[in-house]
Formats: sequence, structure tokens, C-alpha cells
Amino acid sequence: MNVLRRSQRQAMVQMIRVILPPHLRTLAQVRGDVELEVEGPITQRSVLDTLEARYPMLRGTIRDHVTLQRRPFLRFFACEEDLSHQPPDAPLPDAVASGKEPFVVIGAIAGG
Amino acid sequence: MSKVRVLVGTRKGAFILESDGKRKKWAVNGPYFAGWEMYHIKGSPADPNRLYASQSSGWFGQIIQRSDDGGKTWHQPGTPAGQPAAPGPPKSESNKFAYDASPETGKPLTTHQWYDGTQRPWEFKRVWHLEPSLTDPETVYAGVEDAALFRSTDGGQNWKELSGLRGHGTGPKWQPGAGGMCLHTIILDPSNPQRIYIAISAAGAFRTDDGGKSWKPINNGLYSKYIPNPTAEVGHCVHHVAMNPSKPGVLFMQKHWDVMRSDDAGDNWKEVSGNLPTDFGFVIDIHAHEPETIYVVPIKSDSEHFVPDGKLRVYRSRTGGNEWEALTKGLPQKDCYVNVLRDAMAVDSLDECGIYFGTTGGQVYASADAGDSWNPIVHDLPAVLSVEVQTLG
Repeated sequence: MNVLRRSQRQAMVQMIRVILPPHLRTLAQVRGDVELEVEGPITQRSVLDTLEARYPMLRGTIRDHVTLQRRPFLRFFACEEDLSHQPPDAPLPDAVASGKEPFVVIGAIAGG
Repeated sequence: MSKVRVLVGTRKGAFILESDGKRKKWAVNGPYFAGWEMYHIKGSPADPNRLYASQSSGWFGQIIQRSDDGGKTWHQPGTPAGQPAAPGPPKSESNKFAYDASPETGKPLTTHQWYDGTQRPWEFKRVWHLEPSLTDPETVYAGVEDAALFRSTDGGQNWKELSGLRGHGTGPKWQPGAGGMCLHTIILDPSNPQRIYIAISAAGAFRTDDGGKSWKPINNGLYSKYIPNPTAEVGHCVHHVAMNPSKPGVLFMQKHWDVMRSDDAGDNWKEVSGNLPTDFGFVIDIHAHEPETIYVVPIKSDSEHFVPDGKLRVYRSRTGGNEWEALTKGLPQKDCYVNVLRDAMAVDSLDECGIYFGTTGGQVYASADAGDSWNPIVHDLPAVLSVEVQTLG
């Protein structure tokens, strides 16, 4: 029974790739893409929840700490599409869910 | 052997400058947190190895950093350096500054005045100033934009608003200055642990006598002709306030315009601008051993934020105000157009008091003789936002 449950759970876990902007890579002490095991439906919310759980130092840097709204100078892209204004619980593209394409967090070009 | 450690926050990172008691040769360490705005770094008086830093960015928000070894290594409180993040819910709340909205204590207010006079909700933007407790390294206060005061009692891991300040009644009349509506000054009274002074642009100065539960404006005597009622209870653009620990009831203030002095813990203020070439400015500080010796850096005007006549001059009064002398030795006296921001001056407590300040041009100047002469420690940092100094050993 336990084995079955474990295998069911494994079937729901997907390996997702996330690309962070350089400042957040430094903060999280990572290089290159971040690979995350995300459980359940693959959405902006589930990916970001998992990212923040693994890298708590990123809490508040991508989404507001209190409202969990995307910070205004950041955007989300995948498969060359701007997903910034998609609902947080909308499914991400299949290519992201399968790990073929990354979920990309980009800082706006607004001086610096 | 005594040492000094100067903590410099800039627009693009933090730097730590170290010297022995002679203050002639300096080691420049950094940048730390390169590319981020470092509004303030300050050490605990109770444990000089404990430093707190405010790291922020318009893109990525607010980060609190802490060092437990005098700045050699840093970590976010709750996420020690080198420790792998555990799976599961995030444990670190060190970046979370949530305004108190509870019905019991946060009932207060939800709005303040915007530039155009309309009301706007409070919205957290960044930490301007960190003030560690005088006695407990784990306790630290944070002054934030939009203006509010927070306190952590667990080394910066969790923050709680002292909501009596926003809730005392005048909040809807507060408004942002040009730099935002920031709580930039926090002064802890060494003779009375229940007494704290704070200042906000543009609301004014406030004091609590019960450890932060209740607050009152202390702006009587301020005159600001740029606001509808020049003598209003609140609305004054106070730029900085300083206190010498040996005379905790005496305060000096650099207001938008006017240098002010209070001899009764802020209940009443009188102007002491005297013969200053201009009384607009941002910084003000006090000699460590002479509580009537004060320092300002006059700035040309509210629209021309640079020193007058192309000359960088610190002005010193040895009489508690009104009579000022220009200190120029070692400072550029032509073609200089820098500003010195409100948290960018500090004093050490060596026998011969050292004075330090940083400019928007990226220079940090030091005087090892109470201002008589100056030398640049560094010439070419990013624009300096804050300067603090620790006297060690």
C-alpha cells in the first residue's frame, strides 16, 4: 500500500527548470539553472512556492512578502511567451511542466 | 591598540574601511552585496562583531543581512551562512516587514497623505535605518518607508511593527518628501530605556516614553514656510536628528531648512543656524566628548542639492549652535558639487574624536582631529548613502 502511494506521488512530481536573474542567483548561492521537483499541477504558484521553500532567502524578492503579488519590476517568461499577467494558478505550458523549457524570471530593463 | 571600523552603504554595495587608532592607513574591504542599494549598516554597541545591514533594490525588494564576525561573513538571519536550506516551508521571515493590521493594535490607519494631498494606503518599500539596541545584540529597530518603526528581538529573524507610532492619530497628515515617506532617524536614550526618538520625512520628530507603545509629535518651535501651516504639529521635513549620549535631553536637528536645537527632549525647539552660509542640509552630528560641538554640511538649497560655491565645507559650532566656523583643510575648495546624505556622517569615540562623512560623489573623508583637517579614505566609491563608525579595542 505504502509502495503504491509512493509511486503515485512520484508520478505527480515533475522536474522544473527555473532561470533566475543574476542578483537572485547570487542571493540563493546558485549557478546556472535551478532544478526543482515540483509536486502537483505545474503553475506559477506551485513553482514559486517550491522555489521559496528550497531557497528561503528568495522570499519577498520575486513576490511581495505579504500579498504574494509579482513584484512590479519582474516578469515571468516561458517558451518565448510573457506569462507575467497570467493567473498564478493557471497551468504553465507543457514544455515547462516536462522540463524541456525553463520558467524564466527576468528583471525589467529600467536603468540600474 | 584601538581600531576603527567604518561601515559605508552605497548605491551599489557596502564597504568596510578599517584602520588603527592613528587613522592614517586604511584597508578598504568590499564591495559586499555588489549591485544592491545599501541604505544602512550598523554595529551593535553590545557586541561590535554583530552588524546589521539593509540591502534593497527596486526590483527585488528588501533583504536584511547580518554578520556575527565583524563583517567577514554575512547571512540572512534565520538562514545561517553555509547551511543548506531545509525542504519544507521557508523558515526565514527576516525580509518580512508586514504592517500591523490586527484589530487590537493595528486598528489605526490605513492611509497617509500623497504628494497631491489625496490619501494613499501604506505600502512597504525599504528599510532606511537600522538601530541596534544599546544593550542586547539580538534586538534591533528598523525605520522603514512608508514610514513605520519595526523591532526584532531575535537577531533580525522576525520583525514586528510598533504600531502605536502610525496609530497615534496624525498619520493621515504625513506625506512623502522627495526621497519618499521614510523613517530615517532612530535614537535610543541611554539614560531611559523606555524613551526613543524617531524622525520622518515629511512628518517630523516623535518621541515615546513607554518603550514604543504610545508616541507624540515633538515639533513645537519648528517653522516650515513650505507647508500650508508653517507651525503645524506635523508635516515638517526633518532631515536628521542627533544626540550625544552624555546629554540625552539635548537634541540637534537638521531640518529641510534650519538647524535646530532642543534642551528639553524635543518638547521645544529653537533655531541655531546663526552664521551658516545656508541652513539647508541633511547631516548633523555631535563630537563624542564635547556635547556642545556639532557638525553640519550646508547644502545650497532644496532644489540645488550640492555644496555652495563649489566648495565642500563642514561647519563646526563649539557653542551648541549659532556660531559656526568653516572646516576646509583637506577638502576640495573648487569645482565640487556633491551632496552629503542624511545618514552619511558619523563620529568615533577615540580620545581625539574622529569625524567621517561620505558624499554622493563616492568619497569618504575622515578627520582624526575633530574636523581641523581632513583626508579622503577612498575617492571613488559609488554614491554614499550612509556612514557609521565603530570604535574597537
